[in-house]
Amino acid sequence: MPVRVQEADFDLSTEINAFRAGRPEIGAIAVFVGLVRDVNVGSAVSGLTLEHYPAMTQKALEGIVAQATQRWEIIDALVIHRVGHLQPMDQIVLVAVASAHRGDAFHACEFIMDYLKTQAPFWKQEQTPDGARWVEAKASDDSAAARWIKK
Amino acid sequence: MSVTILYFARLRETLGMTQEKIELPAHAASVAGLLDHLRARGEEWHAALAPTQSYRVAVNQDMADITTPVCDGDEVAIFPPVTGG
Repeated sequence: MPVRVQEADFDLSTEINAFRAGRPEIGAIAVFVGLVRDVNVGSAVSGLTLEHYPAMTQKALEGIVAQATQRWEIIDALVIHRVGHLQPMDQIVLVAVASAHRGDAFHACEFIMDYLKTQAPFWKQEQTPDGARWVEAKASDDSAAARWIKK
Repeated sequence: MSVTILYFARLRETLGMTQEKIELPAHAASVAGLLDHLRARGEEWHAALAPTQSYRVAVNQDMADITTPVCDGDEVAIFPPVTGG
C-alpha cells in the first residue's frame, strides 16, 4: 500500500505499470488524477503552493488507505501527493486502486479521495492577480466524505 | 508539563508562529484546556482561536477534538480545515 508525498512530478504510465507488474490477479485499476486549474472562485490562478504537516501526512494517508482496505476487496492501492510550488495543468495527486473487479476499485478510489480532501493535512495557497490567498475548505467536500459514513 | 505546538497555513501567518514549546498547567491537560490557555494570550489569539472560528487540532499526528487529553511531551498541531487533493 505505497503512499508517497513528494515535490517531484509523477508519470502516470510508469506508476501504473510498476503498480501492476507481476500481479495477474488484478482485474481492474481505478485511477484518479487531480490537476491544478487556472481559475478558482472567479479568479485567475497563476500558481499554487501546497503546504503540509510532514509528520502527520504519511500517517493520515496510510490510515485512509487502511480504512478503504477494510471496506472493499482491494489488492493494492497507490497514493502520490505533491507539495511545494505547482503551476496550472500540473498534476497534484494520484490515487490508484487495484482489485479483481471494477466495483471495489471505483468505490475505494472515490472513498480515498473524499477522505484525503477532508482528513489529510495539506493546505493550498493560490497566486491570483490580487495576491496570494489561502484556499477555503468547501462544505461540499465534507458532505462528499460524509456519504461514506455507515448508517 | 511541556507540550510542543505547531501552527500551519493561515493560522501560522495570523499568529506569526510556526512552532513553540510551552509549559501547560496540569489542570489544562486537554485540547480544550490548551486552547483556553492560548486564548488568554491576548486579543489576536482570542480571535483566531475562538470556538466560532473554523480550525482543526491534531494530537500526536491524529485528528483530535476538544475532549482529547494532552500529556507531557505531546505534539499538538493547530490548523485550518484541510484543502489538499
